[in-house]
Amino acid sequence: MYDFAYHKPASLADAVKLLADHEDAKLMAGGQTYIPTLKQRLARPSDVIDLGAIAELRGITEEAGGVTIGAMTRHGEVAESAVVRRVIPALAALAELIGDPQVRNLGTLGGSISNNDPAADYPGALLGLGATVRTSKRQIPADQFFTGMFETALERDEIVKAVHFPRPEKAAYAKFPNPASRYSMVGVFVAKTGGGVRVAVTGAGQSGAYRWTAAEQALAGNWSPAAIDGLTVDPSGLNSDIHASADYRAHLVKVMAKRALAAAG
Amino acid sequence: MAEHGIGARVPRVEDQRFITGKGRYTDDINQAGQTYAVFVRSPHAHARIRGVDKSSVASMPGVLAVLDGDDVKADGLGNLICGWLVKSKDGSPMKMGPHPLLAQGKVRYVGDRVAVVVAETYAQAKDAAEALVVDYEELPAVVDLAGAHGAAALVHDEVADNLIFDWELGDKAAVDAAFAAAHHVTRMELVNNRLIPNAMEPRAAIGVYDSGTDAFTCYLTSQNPHVHRLVMAAFIGVAPEHKLRVVGPDVGGGFGSKIFIYGEECVVCWASRKIGGRPVKWTAERSESFLSDAHGRDHISTAELALDKDGNFLAMRVNTKANLGAYMSTFSSCVPTYLYATLLAGQYRTPAIYCDVQAYYTNTAPVDAYRGAGRPEASFLIETLVDQAAMELGIDPADIRRRNFIPRDAFPYQTPVALIYDTGDYQATLEEALKLADYAGFPARRAEAQRRGKLRGIGLSCYIEACGIAPSAVVGSLGAGVGLWESAKVRFSHTGKVQVLTGTHSHGQGHETTFAQLIADKLGVPFGDIEVIHGDTEKTPVGMGTYGSRSLAVGGEAIMKACDKIIAKGKKIAAHLLEAAEGDIEFKDGKFTVAGTDKSKALGEVVFAAYVPHNYPPDLEPGMEEGAFFDPPNFTFPAGTYVCEVEVEPATGEVDIVRFTAVDDFGNVINPMIVEGQVHGGLVQGIGQALLEGARYDDSGQLLTGSYMDYCMPRADNVPSFAVVTSAGTACTSNSMGVKGCGEAGAIGAPGAVINAITNAIGRRVEMPATPEKVWRAIHSNVAVAAE
Repeated sequence: MYDFAYHKPASLADAVKLLADHEDAKLMAGGQTYIPTLKQRLARPSDVIDLGAIAELRGITEEAGGVTIGAMTRHGEVAESAVVRRVIPALAALAELIGDPQVRNLGTLGGSISNNDPAADYPGALLGLGATVRTSKRQIPADQFFTGMFETALERDEIVKAVHFPRPEKAAYAKFPNPASRYSMVGVFVAKTGGGVRVAVTGAGQSGAYRWTAAEQALAGNWSPAAIDGLTVDPSGLNSDIHASADYRAHLVKVMAKRALAAAG
Repeated sequence: MAEHGIGARVPRVEDQRFITGKGRYTDDINQAGQTYAVFVRSPHAHARIRGVDKSSVASMPGVLAVLDGDDVKADGLGNLICGWLVKSKDGSPMKMGPHPLLAQGKVRYVGDRVAVVVAETYAQAKDAAEALVVDYEELPAVVDLAGAHGAAALVHDEVADNLIFDWELGDKAAVDAAFAAAHHVTRMELVNNRLIPNAMEPRAAIGVYDSGTDAFTCYLTSQNPHVHRLVMAAFIGVAPEHKLRVVGPDVGGGFGSKIFIYGEECVVCWASRKIGGRPVKWTAERSESFLSDAHGRDHISTAELALDKDGNFLAMRVNTKANLGAYMSTFSSCVPTYLYATLLAGQYRTPAIYCDVQAYYTNTAPVDAYRGAGRPEASFLIETLVDQAAMELGIDPADIRRRNFIPRDAFPYQTPVALIYDTGDYQATLEEALKLADYAGFPARRAEAQRRGKLRGIGLSCYIEACGIAPSAVVGSLGAGVGLWESAKVRFSHTGKVQVLTGTHSHGQGHETTFAQLIADKLGVPFGDIEVIHGDTEKTPVGMGTYGSRSLAVGGEAIMKACDKIIAKGKKIAAHLLEAAEGDIEFKDGKFTVAGTDKSKALGEVVFAAYVPHNYPPDLEPGMEEGAFFDPPNFTFPAGTYVCEVEVEPATGEVDIVRFTAVDDFGNVINPMIVEGQVHGGLVQGIGQALLEGARYDDSGQLLTGSYMDYCMPRADNVPSFAVVTSAGTACTSNSMGVKGCGEAGAIGAPGAVINAITNAIGRRVEMPATPEKVWRAIHSNVAVAAE
C-alpha cells in the first residue's frame, strides 16, 4: 500500500471534521474491502480515518417496532443479535451469509452500504425492508440511498451513523453465492410490510441493488411463490461475467425470489 | 504392529510446529542487511520491448539496483531450460524459443518478468517498480489452443505455427485396422481445464552472495533443492555447483509448482552479487502467484474407443492438443507425452492404443506438472470415454469395466503404450468400492431424490497412475535430462540417536513422520530418537526431490538400503563383541543376537562401540553412518475405484456431492492416517477441477481469474465427508517395502467420477468445471433425458 496518514477519532464529530479538513481522506469502517484495496495499491488516500473507536456508531436497539443498527456494528453482531433475530429474523439470517467468520467479525453494516458493491448483501435488505439511513447530516430512505454501482447519495463529508429497519410482517432473503468470492451472484430479499410488498434484487444488476417492481405488483394481491410464475426477468441491465451470463442471472432472480417467498411463508 | 512402526497411525511430528506458527518458511528468514526485490511484470500478453528507462527510477529513495534483460545478457547468464527432450513424429527435436531470466526484446504473457528492482525496503522496491517506464509495442496475442495453429501471432519467431512438437505413441496401423473392423465406435471431444496451483505458501527466494568465499546461498520454496542447484549452476551460470548452496526450508505446499526452476530465484542470487553481497529477498504476492506460477493441465482432446458387440474394448485412438504457455517450463514437455499417453491403457486390456499430441505455445503463463501431471488428463479421458461407451451400448458402467479389466493373474502386464504394470487387482478394488458405496442401493436413492425434485446420479472412475518415474536408463532413453534415483544417509550419534538425511524433500506430506517410522521399524530405534533432515544441499546427499508421488517409493527405499548397510556393519561389530562368527549374527528388534543363543548386543551398544572403538574389529572403519542410492527398476502403479454420487438441483444447476467413496490400492501402507490425508487433499483438488476451478484468459490475454474473487478454490463445504479405504491390495514389486505412491491419486481419480455422476444425473456430459450455469444449460437443452 501507499503511505498515508492514519487517524482514529473517538467521536463522530471528530471524524466529520477530519473528513472535512482532508480533501483526499477516506473513511475506513471494518476494512474488509478497503484494506485489500489499499494493499493492492488500487487507492491512494492522503488520510485514512478509522471509525473503529467511535462508540456511538455501534450497537443494536429496538426502536419504533423495528431495529436500529449502528453503522459500525459488525455483521457477526447482527447475525447473533437476539433483538434482530426476534424482530427481523430475515435480516439476521442475511448477515450470517456474508463472507466468512473472519469477515463477519470485522465487516460492518455502514461500510457495506457506503461502499455499495453491486454484489453485496446488505443493499438488498435495506431496499427490501424500506430502511432509512441516518447520517451525520440527515435521514435518507433506502430507495434514494443507492444511486449506482459503488455510488450512494452520501456527500463527501457525510458519514453513516445508523440504519433503521422497520419490522416487516414477513420477510426472507435467498442468496445464490458466487462460487469463488461467495458474494451474492443473485440475492433476492422479499418483504411483506405495512407499506406493501417489496422485492429487492442484489448481485444481478449492473447498477447495483434494485427493486423488482413487476414481482411486487404480482405479489401485492397474492403473497405466494406461484404469484410470480408468469413473470420473466429481462436480462438486459444484468451483469454478465465468467461466473454467470446475464440470461442465467435473470433466471436465478426468479428462482431465488421463489425460494425467498417459500422461506418467508 | 509396534506403536511407531510400519502401519501405525502415528500423528505427524511436524504438525506441532506447523499449526502453532513455528514453521520456518522462506519468507520467515530475515537476515542482517536484507534488501527487497520486486519484479516488474508485463501488463501485456505479447509485446515488443522498445526500451526500459532505468534512469527513471535509479535515483528513487532506497533503490540499490534496477536490472533488466540487457543486464542478464551482458553478464552472460544462461536461459532457463526444459529438462526433457521430446521428439516429433518425424524424429526432429521439439522446437523451443529461449526462456530468459528477464525478458529480452519481447514479453510473451501477462506476468512475464521484465525487470527487477532491489531496494532497502519492500515499499521502496514497490514504488520504484511501479514507476519504471517500459515502452511496449503491443503485438497480437494467441491466447488459447483453438487459435494457436496458424495464428498470425508467433509466440516465438523460430517456432512455426506455435507448434512445439507433434508426438505420437502406439501402433497406428493396428489401431486403425481395429477401428475399421469394430462393431461400435464411441467418440467424444473433451477439455481438460487449465488450473492454477495455489500453494498456500507463495513462491519466495532469498539470494545471498558471500564475497569472502565467493559462494552463494539461495533460500527457496523448492521441492528439489539439488535440482535447483544443478540447473542454476550448470545452465544459468549463477555459480559453479560447489559455490551454490540451495536451502528449501519448510515448504508450504507446491503440488508440482515448486519443482520448476524459475527466473526469480536465479535473479535474486545474481542481484545479491551485483549489490555487494547483501541478501536479496523476493516473496510473491498472491496476485503474482496467479500470474506466474506454472499452471497445470489445459488439453483439448478427441478420444475414440472401438468395441465389439459384447462391449470388449478393441482399440483406442486419441488426439490431444496441449497448451504449454509462453515458455517451456522445466518438465513441461514430458507431462502431455510420457506422463500422459503412456497411461491411456488405464486398468483395461485394450489391445491397441494410439495417441498423438500436438503441443503449442500461447501467450499465457507456462504450463507444467501439477498434482498428477498428465495422469489426471489420461484417467479423466479414459473414464469418461468408457462411461460414454457403456451408455451407448446399454451396459452398466460397472459391468463394462469388469469385462475389460486386466485380470489379476495377467501381471506383470505389458500395455500397448510402453508401461509394464507390476501388480494390481482392479476388480477387487471395484467390488470393494461398489459395496462401500452401496451401488446396488442407488436406484432407490435416486427415486427418493426424485420425489424431492433432485436429479441424483452416480459415477465411477477406475483410475491408474504411474508414480516414482523410473528407471533412469529408460527415462533417459525417452529424453529425460536427469536420472530419477534417490539418495539417503543414515547417521548414528554416540548415544544412538539417528539422523536420516534424504535427498527427497517435503512440501507438507509428513515425511518427517513416515521416514522415522521406517527407521523405527527397520532398526528398532525409538521413534523419538530419529530426526529426518531434508531440503538443504549442504546437509543432505545429492537427491532428486519430491514429486510424482516418489518420495517413499524411491527415497524411502534408499533409506531402507542405507539401513541394510547399517545392519551389515553392525553384524561385524556384534560378532567381534560377542566373539561369534559374523554369519551367526541375527538382527531383530534392535538387537544383534548369536543365532540359537541368548547372547546379544543392543544396536545402541554396537553403535557406541563403532564410535569408541576400543574393542573393535581391526579391519573395520569406525563410525556408524551409511548412505545409499536407489534407482527403481520400474514405476509403481497405484490404482483404485472412486464412486461419486451427486444431487443436481434442476432449477439452478447446482451440484451437491452427497457421497464419495475412494478405494485405493497403494500396496503396503506405512502410515494410514497420513495416506488418508493425502487422499482427502487429492480428492478435494480433483473435485475442485471438476466443479470449481478453471483459469480463464480474455481474448487479449489478460488473466480473468487472477484472484480468489474469481478463481474458485474448493472449500470444506464443497465436499462431503469422504469414505476412504486404503486397502493393502497388491504389494508393489519395485521396492522392498511393497509401497506405491499416494500423493496424486485423489486428484487423478476424482474428476472422472464427479463428471460421470453428473452425466448420470442429467443425461449429458458437461465440460469441467461443471459450473451451475453449464449444468443448468445442459439440463435445459435436454429436458427429456433429465426427467427420466
